[in-house]
Amino acid sequence: MRMLDSLLRILALTRKELLAVLKDKRSRLSLFIPPVVQAFIFGYAATYDLNHVTYAALDQDHSAASRQLLAGLDGSGVFERVANLQRSSDIATYVDARRALLVLQINQDFERQLLSGRGADVQLIADGRNSNTAGTAIGYVNSIVQQFNSDWGGEHGWAASPVRITGRAWYNPNLETRWYMIPGMIGTLTLIQTMMLTAMSVAREREQGTFDQLLVTPFRPFEIMAGKALPSMVVGVIQASGVLLVAQLWFRIPFAGSYLTLYTGLLLFLLAAIGIGLLLSAVAATMQQAMLYSMLLIMPFSLLSGLTTPLSSMPNWLQYLTAMNPLRYAIDITRRVYLEGAGLNLLVADLWPLGLLAALTLWGASWMFSHRMQ
Amino acid sequence: MIPLAMRSSSVPWRAKLRRIRALVVKETHQVVRDPSSIAIGVILPLILILLFGYGLSLDVRNVPLAVVIEQPSPEAMELAAGFQLSPYFHPRLLRSMPPAQQLLLEHAVDGIVRIPADFARHVSAGDAELQLVVHGGDANRARIIQGYVQGAVGIWSARAAAQGLTSAADPVTVQARLWFNEADESTYFLVPGLVVLVMTLIGGLLTAMVMAREWERGTLEALLVTPVRSDEILLGKTLPYFLLAMIGFALCVLSAKFLFHVPLRGSLWVLLSASMLYVLVALGIGLLISAWVKNQLVASQLTMLVTFMPAFMLSGFLFDLRSTPVVVQLITYALPARYYVALLQTVFLAGNVWSVIVPNTLALAAMAAALALGSRAAMRKTLE
Repeated sequence: MRMLDSLLRILALTRKELLAVLKDKRSRLSLFIPPVVQAFIFGYAATYDLNHVTYAALDQDHSAASRQLLAGLDGSGVFERVANLQRSSDIATYVDARRALLVLQINQDFERQLLSGRGADVQLIADGRNSNTAGTAIGYVNSIVQQFNSDWGGEHGWAASPVRITGRAWYNPNLETRWYMIPGMIGTLTLIQTMMLTAMSVAREREQGTFDQLLVTPFRPFEIMAGKALPSMVVGVIQASGVLLVAQLWFRIPFAGSYLTLYTGLLLFLLAAIGIGLLLSAVAATMQQAMLYSMLLIMPFSLLSGLTTPLSSMPNWLQYLTAMNPLRYAIDITRRVYLEGAGLNLLVADLWPLGLLAALTLWGASWMFSHRMQ
Repeated sequence: MIPLAMRSSSVPWRAKLRRIRALVVKETHQVVRDPSSIAIGVILPLILILLFGYGLSLDVRNVPLAVVIEQPSPEAMELAAGFQLSPYFHPRLLRSMPPAQQLLLEHAVDGIVRIPADFARHVSAGDAELQLVVHGGDANRARIIQGYVQGAVGIWSARAAAQGLTSAADPVTVQARLWFNEADESTYFLVPGLVVLVMTLIGGLLTAMVMAREWERGTLEALLVTPVRSDEILLGKTLPYFLLAMIGFALCVLSAKFLFHVPLRGSLWVLLSASMLYVLVALGIGLLISAWVKNQLVASQLTMLVTFMPAFMLSGFLFDLRSTPVVVQLITYALPARYYVALLQTVFLAGNVWSVIVPNTLALAAMAAALALGSRAAMRKTLE
């Protein structure tokens, strides 16, 4: 009987919380539109793949061979030749002003060296202001030059390269960053809003003085906490599903795993995120503080999650620190379930830390709540 | 209103200055006393600096790699030794494919290089084949690993050719050079990018929150009925946050230079003036949003959406904008972060390239002016 009463009270509070969040049109929109819009925009923008590389050619040879090499670049659909340079002093002008990401310099004895059978060098200058982009572009040029080598070498009686590498990429055959990025977004976008929503809903009551009113009602601290946690949970699940739908229906990224596994992981993750949000709200006195403290956590959480840069490139001490980051596990889970079809047995290493984080933060929050009462 | 106007017209600018100073003092007290403002103004930049400088890196080193040698021949062993000596790989030598595939499945390795059983015979025949399987999840990393494997095999074939084991190498070799970042350190572009994030957070988010709270509590309306004029309120409110942002800026630049040794090849003055303009723009956005929604929760969400996330994702500091669809590119032209990132990357790494600095600074200046007028109008409207 007491259990049932408690449950009813929690549900009543949940209903009230959901109403408080959803009754205002602007706050309703701000909860559900941003994650989907962001999934769209970042799905297009957050990619390390290049499909448009501007380059300038400095062809000092003007031979059939050099033209064939440049034609290979122009015909790839990725490279756009923005200029034909005449002097090597022009290189700096184009690279400095960011008009060309690459400059390909072909020396005047290029064809002669090729015909003599010694092999020739070409110089490639890349704008390293974003060295990752530059590195990727250099890789593209290399593969086009390889194609040229086998074409040209075949026509002119060069021995084929002694070793050929045949490559295959598992789980993402065309190596599209988008496939990696968007599943990672499911966790990231929901973390930001669920954590803030939870932290701020308690802080708002405190700021407006209604929290004290709540404390004199028959609600027990645990029930208040659950009533604050459940609405955020609902919002989080809806947001995650929205991003998931964008990934599947719009970007057509094939879903390899099981929804049950994915949502199990997501629920644990949301519990941990909400636990942290509740802990924050116990510390913060005002909405502004709640918001700023959540920012203070969300930034390192999202930067050290493996979303944009790999965890394995971080120094060891930082990798240990990320063990406290729920988003790190969530991103690993969503990616592996989504792309690799991993089952629960392969995800144990991610699931138990999430469970532990959720248990610890929720327990900590309920302790803080009950001690605030006295 | 008339007596007030007369009173202030006797010594207009002195009274004006006094009122602004009073507001600045009040606001500064509020900033200093609220631990959360200090947290976002000083502690957050520090955390971000450390995370960006030490934590974020796109450099790929020590790739765990399974090397499957199906039949140990001198050629195969020498190739495998090449992987073991390379600083880029951390190879595990195996004898067959199934355990290697299991490792890839558990993501214990990032890739498999399979040296087939008849490798030695095919090398002398000139048609050997190596199989490379990479974990494609992280496409960027996978591509880098493919490049490294190709490089390691290239070194081996050059050596084999020199020893007369195989015939000559490739017709054309690409010699690539990375200008502005010869050592290929991702810190060089990540740390300047961090400046954008810090300035956006302090300028946009903090201001939006502060002003939204004043609207929410009605204290701004109370201020508006005092002799203080609306543009004075704007100035008085924003000046402390402007200074807070500049402190964050100083922290970032100092640590970039002395902690992470990112070169500052352009002029500090250009950097400083561009940053001041950008903070003004961020402040303006924060003010406008808060005046529009007048609600802390919505203001914070909206500011995150229009300032912080785009500064991270759509500014060109991490991802190349030229490769995004035209629609997204058009959106980025409306975002101040785009111009600021171009300025930061150029001034830090390339130097004073005026053909980049002038147009981007002008764009920021135009935005700052438009936002200043906009927020003044927003304040005025509520006066009536």
